[in-house]
Amino acid sequence: MADDAIRAEVSERLTRAGENGVLRVITCGSVDDGKSTLIGRLLYDSKLLFEDQIKVLERDSRKHGTAGEEIDFALLLDGLEAEREQGITIDVAYRFFNTEKRKFIVADTPGHEQYTRNMATGASTADLAIILVDARKGVLTQTRRHTYIANMMGIRHAVLAVNKMDLVDHSRARFHEIVSEYLTIAEDLGFDTITPIPISARYGDNIFSRSDAMKWHDGPTLMEHLESVDTNTEKEAAYAFRFPVQWVNRPNLDFRGFSGTVASGAVAPGDDVVVAHSGKTAKISRVVTADEDLDTARAGEAVTLVLDREIDIARGDMLADPSQRPEVSDQFAAEILWMTEEEMLPGRSYLLKAGGQTSPVSVTTLKHKLNVNSFEKEPGKSLKLNEIGVCTLSTSRPIAFDPYKDQRETGSFILIDRFTNQTVGAGMIEFSLRRASNIHTHAMDVDKTRRADMKGQKPAVLWFTGLSGAGKSTISNLVERKLAEAGRHTYSLDGDNVRHGLNKDLGFTDVDRVENIRRIGEVSKLFVDAGLIVTCSFISPFRSERQMVRELVDEAEFIEIFVDAPLEVCMQRDPKGLYKKAQAGEIKNFTGFDSPYEAPENAEIHLKTGDMSAEDAAEAVIEALIERGFIG
Amino acid sequence: MTDIQSRIQNYAQRFTHGAKPRKRQLSPHLKALEAEAIHIMREVAAEFERPVMLYSIGKDSTVMLHLAMKAFFPSKPPFPFLHIDSLWEFQAMGEFRDALTEALGLDMIVWVNEEGKSREINPFTDGSALHTQVMRTEGLLQALNHGRYDAAFGGGRRDEEKSRAKERVFSFRNAAHAWDPRNQRPELWRTYNTRIRKGESIRVFPLSNWTEVDIWQYILEEDIPIVPLYFAGERPVVERDGTLIMVDDERMVFEDGETPEMRKIRFRTLGCYPLTGAVESQAETLDDIVLEMLTARTSERAGRLIDFDEAGSMEKKKREGYF
Repeated sequence: MADDAIRAEVSERLTRAGENGVLRVITCGSVDDGKSTLIGRLLYDSKLLFEDQIKVLERDSRKHGTAGEEIDFALLLDGLEAEREQGITIDVAYRFFNTEKRKFIVADTPGHEQYTRNMATGASTADLAIILVDARKGVLTQTRRHTYIANMMGIRHAVLAVNKMDLVDHSRARFHEIVSEYLTIAEDLGFDTITPIPISARYGDNIFSRSDAMKWHDGPTLMEHLESVDTNTEKEAAYAFRFPVQWVNRPNLDFRGFSGTVASGAVAPGDDVVVAHSGKTAKISRVVTADEDLDTARAGEAVTLVLDREIDIARGDMLADPSQRPEVSDQFAAEILWMTEEEMLPGRSYLLKAGGQTSPVSVTTLKHKLNVNSFEKEPGKSLKLNEIGVCTLSTSRPIAFDPYKDQRETGSFILIDRFTNQTVGAGMIEFSLRRASNIHTHAMDVDKTRRADMKGQKPAVLWFTGLSGAGKSTISNLVERKLAEAGRHTYSLDGDNVRHGLNKDLGFTDVDRVENIRRIGEVSKLFVDAGLIVTCSFISPFRSERQMVRELVDEAEFIEIFVDAPLEVCMQRDPKGLYKKAQAGEIKNFTGFDSPYEAPENAEIHLKTGDMSAEDAAEAVIEALIERGFIG
Repeated sequence: MTDIQSRIQNYAQRFTHGAKPRKRQLSPHLKALEAEAIHIMREVAAEFERPVMLYSIGKDSTVMLHLAMKAFFPSKPPFPFLHIDSLWEFQAMGEFRDALTEALGLDMIVWVNEEGKSREINPFTDGSALHTQVMRTEGLLQALNHGRYDAAFGGGRRDEEKSRAKERVFSFRNAAHAWDPRNQRPELWRTYNTRIRKGESIRVFPLSNWTEVDIWQYILEEDIPIVPLYFAGERPVVERDGTLIMVDDERMVFEDGETPEMRKIRFRTLGCYPLTGAVESQAETLDDIVLEMLTARTSERAGRLIDFDEAGSMEKKKREGYF
């Protein structure tokens, strides 16, 4: 073949046409609905399979297949059923095929209720959902669930694929019956398009080619629809400009740019932009890529923006259209899907990650749970694996965001367990509960540094944790006395002065214990802001709560002091007679006795008070403070 | 200067200050894949302390390196590259790696498992499984431990093999570098959970959603230099158990009755020469290769001998820390 002819043929075969390069699809349905057969059929008909794969498929079809002499396309995919038997995580698998018009990324997820989390994961990036229904069975509870989740995750295009039409004699009446039943569920949910298509995945009817048996179908084939569905006029492109800064690009003193991917809208040199958190503005001077400077950066493009003046911008900041700014708030309402075995408890502290922004967060209230089968609200106290609830959240730092229904990219977040580091929840923000900007923009003239300077010290929280009787109060009193003698300004918080006033409304349930520590943390933060060295003596048995306090103040300001004495020693000392009461059953949930104590893993100071005098322990703390530069 | 060296020098000009702007004609789907990969790389650069990019010299790896050059432009990629040298790779690969490293000014670490070297591990006498285990898997683990890397980019694609279809973009590894299929994190939107404890690490696959066709089309449209062995040429080979093995240097161990003959061949994947099968081909240009690949009738891994060997399942290798 001549070079030109080759080039022409290559060009013709490759995926090029159209502006909609990639369509991300999720298939919803169970194995019984023919989901695997449909995906296998798409791979086969798009000529993506190699000869060796087809040979294996034909051999396996004869051996294990359920389609007689025909090829059983379901065998192309990993047997999710088999995995389930083996106890391996049932998961999202991604499949790929290209046609001349488009590249397709198919998220293949199991359909049963216990896999809601997997379906949500696949749906989070999908443009379109194929909701499979068995023509014989019609709309089922699981159809409602799949539709609900697809809609909740922000998918805008739904395809109702009525499969196995060959088993209902390709009946037009049956098809229309199913479609009208489906529309009563789905019509009001807010999909941009709902496209019903009668198919037979096994025989390929209305997949790539039109069905002879269903000439009455005047809509598109599945493939015609997938190739042409318009995602280009999506809300992302039309929405206001949003640019979460990923990375500050600073190769030398002459260049300072902000690298990231445009989440929505577009921006061009000369446009004004605002930094969402600080409210500072600048003009775009260049849109840099490695190929060339661009005239415009559009949604989905990874670029580096250069501004016309130096303003303070870091990872986690968001550049936005000044006339349509995102919300900036530390309190908001969101739908949360829970993704892990350990249930979500209001009051617990997690990490929230939204784009480049990461902040400690606690779920303040669970307003209600959502039943994905009936679409109804239900009351609840916690969220279990695969449950969805509407919650209010409170972050330590304000977050810039848009409502998820308007903008998936800047309206979503994940929740991370602070100790296992697992991703435990997925969140979709509904609306802000208050504007943090009102609180945060008034930077006061007299600030923490100034107040600390006046006292000639660096403020800190000395957090004494340990079992009852370990010696926390004794040591912290000695430390405070030594500091006072050296002319330092201090304040001490302990159970006696907190429980009787600030926290007298709290009991000893887990929820109340969390709240107790949270309030103490906030008060400590104010004292640190006042420039004081604060000593806190609390059993504080949970790591996550101590971590929560740590993150309220600056990293270096929190000194965790583990007052570590063996339980036997503490029980023997029993200064308040509490262990005796616990043994007698008069106190429940007593730490170390019938309630756990989670020892610090990386405490700044570790005092083994089993064989150390209180005086020596206090001296060790003072030395550590000198070493760390808190006192001279 | 050899052809490939001057070709690479020419290519490197693109990333220099004041280079002539390139008008891009990238196909829309490749543009989307490129943006996704760049986004992933920037996330890693921003969130990890000691990232590293694995570089195998193969086409996927070279595409990944190209994307890294673009992601941080005008800065250089803010991490080193790491090549695990098995000592049995094609000579043309070493030449290519060195030329690319120099022309782009990369921080390229070449790691050899010295213990394996001193044991003179040899794919002919020790078999592919042992050779790969010692020189690649163990070498990789040594290098990762030595560099205390907390994130390592690999060029793996989900379409390569069944077990990869569910692989995360950010794949969590415990302190022993092992992959536990039951302990992977759900990935939603483009929000990646990058949190790890000391000693743990993440393998990152920016090309997860690319197919082999996408890779070739991208090389074509972006005009990226690749190792000349991908193009057909007259080369000395022996046919062994139906596989064409190229005689790349004097260490080749011939079996009875084998004499090298010149055939027009090329490679669809690259690795250790005694373990990498060639295909007979007339494809001398990128267009030829893409056309051949579009009409290809055997899948890519058929050329990779290690997959067929006794201990060869990909899943097992992954658990042990292989990419």
